[in-house]
Amino acid sequence: MFHASRRTLASIAVCCTLVAAACGSSSKSSSSSSSTASAATAGAKLTGSLNVFAAASLTAAFTDYKKTLEAQNPGLSITNDFAGSQALVTQIENGAPADVFASADMKNMQKLVDKGLVGTPQIFAKNKLEIAVAPGNPKHITSLADLEQSGIVFVLEDPSVPAGNYARQAFQKAGLPAPKPASNELDVKSAIAKIESGDADATIVYVTDVTAAGSKVEGVAIPENQNVIATYPIAVVKATKNPAAAQGYVDGLVNGPGRQALEARGFLPPS
Amino acid sequence: MSLDAIVQVALEDFTLDVELHVDDGELLAVLGPNGAGKTTLLHALSGLRPVDGGRIAIDATVVDDPATARFVPPEQRSVGVVFQDYLLFAHLSALDNVAFGLRARGAGRSAARARAHALLTEVGMHDKASSRPRELSGGQAQRVALARALAIEPALLLLDEPLAALDVQVRVETRHQLRDVLARFPGARILVTHDPIDALTLADRILIMEHGRVVQVGRAEDVLERPRSEYVAELAGVNLYRGRADGCHIAVGRDVVTVADDHHGDVLAVIPPHAVVLHTAPPESSARNVWPGTIAGMERYAGRVRVRLTGTLPIVAEVTVAAATDLGLVEGMQLWAAVKATEIEVHAA
Amino acid sequence: MATRTAPAARRTRPTTDRVPGVVIAGATCAVLFFAIPLLGLVWRAPWSAAWDVLSTPEARTALRLSIQTSLSATAIALVLGVPLAWVQARVAYPGRRVVRALVLLPMVLPPVVGGVALLLALGRHGLVGQYLDHVGVHLPFHFGGAVLAETFVAMPFLVLTVEAAFRSTDRRFEDAARTLGASRLSVFRRVTLPMIRPSLVAGALLCWARALGEFGATITFAGNAPGKTQTLPLFVYVTLEGANSDAAIILSLVLVAVSLAVLVALRDRWLTAL
Repeated sequence: MFHASRRTLASIAVCCTLVAAACGSSSKSSSSSSSTASAATAGAKLTGSLNVFAAASLTAAFTDYKKTLEAQNPGLSITNDFAGSQALVTQIENGAPADVFASADMKNMQKLVDKGLVGTPQIFAKNKLEIAVAPGNPKHITSLADLEQSGIVFVLEDPSVPAGNYARQAFQKAGLPAPKPASNELDVKSAIAKIESGDADATIVYVTDVTAAGSKVEGVAIPENQNVIATYPIAVVKATKNPAAAQGYVDGLVNGPGRQALEARGFLPPS
Repeated sequence: MSLDAIVQVALEDFTLDVELHVDDGELLAVLGPNGAGKTTLLHALSGLRPVDGGRIAIDATVVDDPATARFVPPEQRSVGVVFQDYLLFAHLSALDNVAFGLRARGAGRSAARARAHALLTEVGMHDKASSRPRELSGGQAQRVALARALAIEPALLLLDEPLAALDVQVRVETRHQLRDVLARFPGARILVTHDPIDALTLADRILIMEHGRVVQVGRAEDVLERPRSEYVAELAGVNLYRGRADGCHIAVGRDVVTVADDHHGDVLAVIPPHAVVLHTAPPESSARNVWPGTIAGMERYAGRVRVRLTGTLPIVAEVTVAAATDLGLVEGMQLWAAVKATEIEVHAA
Repeated sequence: MATRTAPAARRTRPTTDRVPGVVIAGATCAVLFFAIPLLGLVWRAPWSAAWDVLSTPEARTALRLSIQTSLSATAIALVLGVPLAWVQARVAYPGRRVVRALVLLPMVLPPVVGGVALLLALGRHGLVGQYLDHVGVHLPFHFGGAVLAETFVAMPFLVLTVEAAFRSTDRRFEDAARTLGASRLSVFRRVTLPMIRPSLVAGALLCWARALGEFGATITFAGNAPGKTQTLPLFVYVTLEGANSDAAIILSLVLVAVSLAVLVALRDRWLTAL
């Protein structure tokens, strides 16, 4: 059998302590770069790479916007990262290299604002909720109240996801008791997937999601007085390595080709 | 007839074809060189291996008969087996090992354990009842294995080299105990062994197997005194030669062995080692048979020396230690071996 | 025994006993690789809030559910897996290698893919699921679905371990049992199974630990329903996403503690099996 000498074991212990201490100190460092003040001047090209973290419901619109913007700015390379807003917030809090963050609600954005990780958010789009059902609406669902009928299997997003939060607000506004869905999916895409596979009869997602799903789902409108308007804020992440491109991206979204991409996909204008 | 069996099994190198009959209360020892098919024979009798041809009947019940497609599996036969490595179940105590067969056949736990206790006492192991097999010595394990096989009161008891794994000293003791226990067993018993002492002390009859065939069968003393193959001869420690007799001369290879009586045809000549006299120079004597040879090896035991000579007629001589010393016997030495014709036994081959 | 004189001076250890430096370096890095994430959890854990976190009904439900599903999954794995392991080890049939690959598949597939496959097979409109639905067996979003998802990913561990054990048993003991009068089933129950007991326990423990930690297949197939399918790993995830990382850390440590306890117990079993 091998025997390690005492000295060897001691040096290993010292190594461990040093590494642990180093890890401890590095995670406490906060971003030091400040947010940019000036937006890109009209005509000036955006260059470099850009990591865009965006809520899952923005997938189609932001992919279109990326194509347009990259075509207009050949030196620019955009990487889109789509997930539930809450997942993205956690990643950014833990130092993920995002340049821009677009959330599906102010609640999640506020977490980053409070921690000083992002610049001032701007509302760039709005969305509203819709009930998604299987094509042909075989279960004849016409309202929120129908969802709670026996024999109907419906899912919602988890309350930690903006869509899940909004959906529950809608039930409240409709004067219905708190919903008891069969499952709390982790994002709108998963919820839609359950309709497509036939395992759920209905779910509540954004109108844009119903549009994006095309012929795979059908939408049932929720009356205005029950519906919840989702506001989508976007902000530049303070730790960005490409502040010029980040701001240019935001500007284009609020007032440029991005706006067109959003509206084409069914988003409501920010005002 | 307690066991009436014709066992034919096709093996890789040869076909096993053995016929044997063992009465109640009789113990048959089966001897043979490695690979003779002894274990296969036991497997066939116990039902672990169906025969390809022949017929096995235990206590007048046919348990294996390919001709009528009758086959009784081992668990339904009345055969007890003591295996070569004992194969005691490691997760059970000695007591539960012995009780295993009874419980498997439906006995209740306390009844089985009581009977197991009695059997362990019979083999002298009652104080080790709660021990695990790994805590037992070789001799103790052997006795527990025997008790386990006896517990099911089989009609036929098979023992596969039960003493082989034991030290010489322990073997002697255990052999005595085995003899006592076996004496009380009413059924038929077959003991596979390679030790002729086992055969001589325990068996009523012995059966010699070589290459799957029966070479010799009969009373132990008879078989060993009149070996019919080199294997048995070596077992019995005698010199055996095959040759062609013409009157009182037997041609063995290029040599001639002169014997006292007339014989004709193929014969076996047996020369006991103690009848061989060694001379350092060619002797002039009345001995008809004198052959030169070189000492290939010497073994000393019990006040004697067995001297192996190689030559045209290899022979083993047995002399006293004093004689060996006086003659100055060493390996490689050239000697002459002399044997009186009257000392040579001849049997028809 | 003859007495010995004590040696005059202590002998230095021969050089062949020292571990090469390269080996020590590699081993240390490996240990750090495993230890640091765990240390990270322990170091950041808000120990003062631990009791509050663990005593919420959601946390308790998730833990209870996790234990129920993982134990159920292990039970199913034993009932189905042991016979399969036996057949794979003892019976030579055509297609045996294909079956072996099939059994290994869940270990190789990403768990989410496994969940999708289960959904397509056993979901409400699934290949087999559509018939189950008619007879009132609903798996997605139900306890049964969570158990099934966990069984799917964890059973291969049990089958592999037990199959190896069956292969290596000394058949002669089974022969001995048969000559004593035990039927084939009796031999299996009273001799074979006890002989492989250490491996059986090790396999079951591995299976249970894997089932306990399963996430991807559960969420995809069984969904995330508090009280029904929201096992502890799922609950940790949504808690973390709800930006309650403190609670998430505490809950994660519960899982770590349970898993560690199992795996430490497992080590002794492996040694006995040898």
